[in-house]
Amino acid sequence: MSAILKPKSKLIVCDGNEAAAWAVSLANVDMVAVYPITPQSSLVEYLAKFIADGRLGAELVDVEGEHSVLSVLQGACLAGARTYTASCGPGLAFMFEPYMRTPGLRLPLVMTIVTRDTLTPQSVWGGHQDAMSVREVGWIHMYCESVQEVLDTTIMAYKVAEHHDVMLPVNVNHDGNYLSFGAARCELPEQSDVSAFLGEKNVNWHVALDPQRPMAVDPLTGGAGGPGPSTFVRYRKGQCSGTQNALKVITEVHEQWGRCFGRYHAPLIESYRMDGAEYAIMTIGSMTGAAKDAVDEARERGDKVGLVKVKTYRPFPVQALAGALADVKAVGVVDRSVSFGWNCGPLFQDTIAAMYYTPRRIPAMSFIGGLAGADLTVGHFERVIRRTAELARDGQPAETVWLNEKD
Amino acid sequence: MKRQAYNMFDASTIPDDLSPIATKLTPMLPGDWRSMRPVVDRAKCVKCAVCWLYCPVQCVVERPAWFDFNLKTCKGCGICATECPQRAITMYEEAA
Repeated sequence: MSAILKPKSKLIVCDGNEAAAWAVSLANVDMVAVYPITPQSSLVEYLAKFIADGRLGAELVDVEGEHSVLSVLQGACLAGARTYTASCGPGLAFMFEPYMRTPGLRLPLVMTIVTRDTLTPQSVWGGHQDAMSVREVGWIHMYCESVQEVLDTTIMAYKVAEHHDVMLPVNVNHDGNYLSFGAARCELPEQSDVSAFLGEKNVNWHVALDPQRPMAVDPLTGGAGGPGPSTFVRYRKGQCSGTQNALKVITEVHEQWGRCFGRYHAPLIESYRMDGAEYAIMTIGSMTGAAKDAVDEARERGDKVGLVKVKTYRPFPVQALAGALADVKAVGVVDRSVSFGWNCGPLFQDTIAAMYYTPRRIPAMSFIGGLAGADLTVGHFERVIRRTAELARDGQPAETVWLNEKD
Repeated sequence: MKRQAYNMFDASTIPDDLSPIATKLTPMLPGDWRSMRPVVDRAKCVKCAVCWLYCPVQCVVERPAWFDFNLKTCKGCGICATECPQRAITMYEEAA
C-alpha cells in the first residue's frame, strides 16, 4: 500500500457529501452560499462545521432560498471570489433563473448536484433526473463513480472552470443515497499539494464588479434591425467554443491530477474491458461499480462484453465515444433518468447521436433503472448484458427496458 | 461621465466573445420613451418640494419661484402629480 500512496496522503473514511466538503475546504473557497435539501443537507452541514472550526476561511451565507444562493455567488464571483454551492431536485429547480445566466456570464462557479429524482411522484431518493433536466443550459457536467472521485473531481473542477480557455461553471454530480451517504475509504490530499495544483485564482479578469475597472456587466443587447443580434451570436458562439475547449482542458487536468496525486481518473469516458469486446454496455455515475462486476463475471463465462462509462456528460465527448464504440456490434445504454419526449434515457439519446460519427449503423437499446433510489445490482446488469448480446446477434432493437419495474 | 475616479475597463485586453460587458456607456434616457409629461402650474406651486421628495428618478429641478422637471430623465410616472398637495401638476399625453 505504501508504494501506491503518496507519503503525505491521509486516509479517512467518509461519505460522498463529506468528501465534497473536504474538497471545497482544500480548494480554499472564499464564499459558500447554501440552502439545505435532501440528500445534499449533510454536505452543507459539513461545510458549516469546517467554517465554524476555522478549517475553511470562507464566508458562509445562509440565504432564504436557492435562487438567492446562486445570485449571491454570481456577485461574489464578479468581485473575485472562488465560490461553491450544492443543491439538487426542487432546490435546483428554484435556482433555475440564475442557473441559466451563469454560463453566459462565463463565471467559474463550482456546484455539486447530489442527484435526486424529480417530482412527481413524491420522492426524496436518488436518480439523475434533476441534473439531466438542466443538461442543455451550458454548465459543464461531470458524474462521479466513487467517494474518492467526488473529492478529486470537486478540486479538479476549479482548475477546469477557471482555465482561461474555458471560464464556465461546473457541476460535479454524485448520486444521491449511494454516493452521498455511502461511506468509503478516501485519501485526503495535503493542503499544500492542492494549493500548488490549483495555483493562483483569478476568476474575474474578464468580467468584474470592481470600482477600479468600471464596466457594465451584462447590458441589454439591442433587437433586430441593429447590431444587437450579431453581438448576441458572438457571445453564444464564444460560449460554445469555451464548452468545446473544456474537453481538452478536462483531459489535461485529469492527467495533471494523476501526476501530482497518483490517482488517474478517466476524464471523459472510461473504457473497461473493451479490448476485443463484441458488444458494450454503457453506464454513468455510481451504478458503474456493479456493472463492472457483471462484466467481469460475463467475461469469465467467455462473453465478449465491455463497458464504457461516461464521466463528462456536458460537453458530450462525441469523438471519444464514437471511437470507443466503433468496433462493437451492439450497445446497451443504462440510464438513471428519463428523456420524456423520446421514451428512453438521455444518455442513450446522446449515444445514438454520437454513433452517427461511426462508419456503421450500430444497433442500440435503452435501459432505465435505479429511479427513486432503486438499487442497480449485478443481477440487473446481467440482464442488460444478456439482452445486449441478443441484440448483437439479431440486430433488432426493442423498446426501452425498465430494469426495476418488477423488483 | 465627465468626472470619474477610474478610467473604464480596457476591453481590448480580453477576447470579445467572453462575458457580455460594455465599456462605452450610452444610457437610454427615460425621456426617450415617456408617454405622459408633467406640467407645473406656476401660479399654484408653493415650492413645498413634495414632488422633489417623491420623484423616483430625481428629475425635479428647482427654479427661482417654482419646481420644474428635467424632461430627459423624467419617465412620466405621474407620482408627482398624485402627491402634489396644491394639485399644481397635470399630466399631459406626449404628442405621437
